[in-house]
Amino acid sequence: MSVGIKINHAVKAYGDNVVIPDLSLEVKDGEFFTLLGPSGCGKTTLLRMIAGFNSIEGGDFYFGDKRINNLDPAKRNIGMVFQNYAIFPHLTVEKNVQFGLKNRKISKEDMERDTKQFMDLMHITEYKDRMPERLSGGQQQRVALARALVIKPDVLLMDEPLSNLDAKLRVEMRTVIKQIQREVGITNVYVTHDQEEAMSVSDRIAVMNLGEIQHIGKPKDIYQRPANLFVASFIGRTNLVNAKLVLKDGKANLCFADGYSFVMDNILPEEMHDQDVIVAIRPEEVVINNEEGIQGKVDDSVFLGLNTHYYILSDQVHCIHTEDKDDDRFELIQESMIDEIIPNGSEVRLKIKKEKVNVFTADGSKNIVKGVKNDKYLYGND
Amino acid sequence: MKTVKKLVTNVYFWLTMLFFYAPIIYVVIFSFNESKSLTRFTGFSLQWYKKMFESRSIREAIYYTLIIAIIATVISTIVGTLTAIGLSKSNKVLRAIVLQINDIPMMNPDIVTAIGFMLLFTSLGITKGFGTILLAHISFCIPYVILTVMPRLRQLDDNLAEAALDLGATPVQALTKVIIPQLKGAIISGALIAFTMSFDDFVISFFTSGPKVSNIAIYVYSSIKRINPTINALSTIIVVIVTTVLIIVNVVPMIKDRKLRGVQK
Repeated sequence: MSVGIKINHAVKAYGDNVVIPDLSLEVKDGEFFTLLGPSGCGKTTLLRMIAGFNSIEGGDFYFGDKRINNLDPAKRNIGMVFQNYAIFPHLTVEKNVQFGLKNRKISKEDMERDTKQFMDLMHITEYKDRMPERLSGGQQQRVALARALVIKPDVLLMDEPLSNLDAKLRVEMRTVIKQIQREVGITNVYVTHDQEEAMSVSDRIAVMNLGEIQHIGKPKDIYQRPANLFVASFIGRTNLVNAKLVLKDGKANLCFADGYSFVMDNILPEEMHDQDVIVAIRPEEVVINNEEGIQGKVDDSVFLGLNTHYYILSDQVHCIHTEDKDDDRFELIQESMIDEIIPNGSEVRLKIKKEKVNVFTADGSKNIVKGVKNDKYLYGND
Repeated sequence: MKTVKKLVTNVYFWLTMLFFYAPIIYVVIFSFNESKSLTRFTGFSLQWYKKMFESRSIREAIYYTLIIAIIATVISTIVGTLTAIGLSKSNKVLRAIVLQINDIPMMNPDIVTAIGFMLLFTSLGITKGFGTILLAHISFCIPYVILTVMPRLRQLDDNLAEAALDLGATPVQALTKVIIPQLKGAIISGALIAFTMSFDDFVISFFTSGPKVSNIAIYVYSSIKRINPTINALSTIIVVIVTTVLIIVNVVPMIKDRKLRGVQK
């Protein structure tokens, strides 16, 4: 019996230190919902408030219609998967999976049947008599999932469940998690700092920073039309460049420092005035050519088979440094051609795919391009 | 060169063993002596053991030693373990303070602790006897239990208790089904240390017991002037008990471990 989750004006504080000032969101029944953000953004704190391991300083938490603020974790009927799995080291795989069932009043036959069903589902039946210390990371992860799911929780909560696995297993396990979630049809709140992982598994993502939600939306919407500069630079790679928005004959022209400019047709009406802006250009949103675009010189290139990455230095148009990108160079990705890779030192021009790029106000707080879908405002956030 | 090095190591090893165990072996051998001499072995006999068990005061001393050690061990293990668990969840400042205070009785010379207890009981007007010696033993055993359990708790994953709770366990069930089993080894070692501390304590027992109650250590001390091989027999029994307990504690987990691996293969 899966349920939706509703959070109204949640507040989390440790003494005077307010970690989450005011946060509201809704997770639909059966939805795979991800809390994504840098470390310290409050995502794990929020998850632990939902689980009942952290106190709630303000606001209301609902599972379906039931307010759960003061309910013990044991009575919330949740399944939780921890970052380090928290498998009970003194119990065998089978006993671990059974642990939650033993605390519920069900018959022995039902217990054995359910245990077997979920061990089969997670492909761990062959290890059922093993002690956890003799399992690999991936197998422990499967035990943790089976143990959380076997009690048929209303909500499945996962706290960075893949961060202790190596890269290959991580990709494999996220597919497993997504599949199982769909098969069981359970509401899932998933916490991660890995944006690629978030996009690959989620129905919707809430991007958080400093205890506040920045953007809630489908992976595609968040990637293509990020609500603000933080979201644009946190999700995927992006080049940030200073530019000016200049109104000419009622049309918005985006002008770069080296004189390159073009008309943008999709600027929000209320933002149609002269202003300094920051343009976010993803590596795949430019085309190398010889006629028009930002002037630059190929500084370096990396051939990766399907794509070739180029690093371009421009005299006048510099990339803004961010936490992830401390580089003046413009990064771009092109599908690898059969002819030669453009040699280092070549003069090139970068034509921008104007329907794809995003334009932000100078303070980065708002995307002024039409088409941003941010569910954040549906739930009463400011 | 290599052989010289090996020789030195060997000699060093055997000298160490001799130094450690010669007094004990000496005591054991002379407990079987036929004559009363403590220096000349004249022949094998069990008479001193017989004498020992015939002596009412020795039987009483053994009884008190054991009963005090057992009760003190049980109580101090429970209190110490729960305190350690509580401390591991409390705030850093409180934990640091309590652990510092916890170290004091162990670093303090026994005589100071003993006199402290004696003065406390006297000033409260409590008659010294079985109750006071037991209280003193419980109180000096607790720090050892806390000190052994604490490091294991620190290694324990915080999420284990939470995992148990979200799987529907009550806090008490989380403690008994998940936390305590993880601490089992440390609790047993803590209990063992407490037991031996209580079992062979002299100074604190001497100052907190009354005239009617004496444990083995006090008995041996008081009979020092008319010393005879019954003391050796008594000591031998203590050595046998302590050694047996140690062997059990060390060997049982090994057997268990092997069995477990057998199952997994």
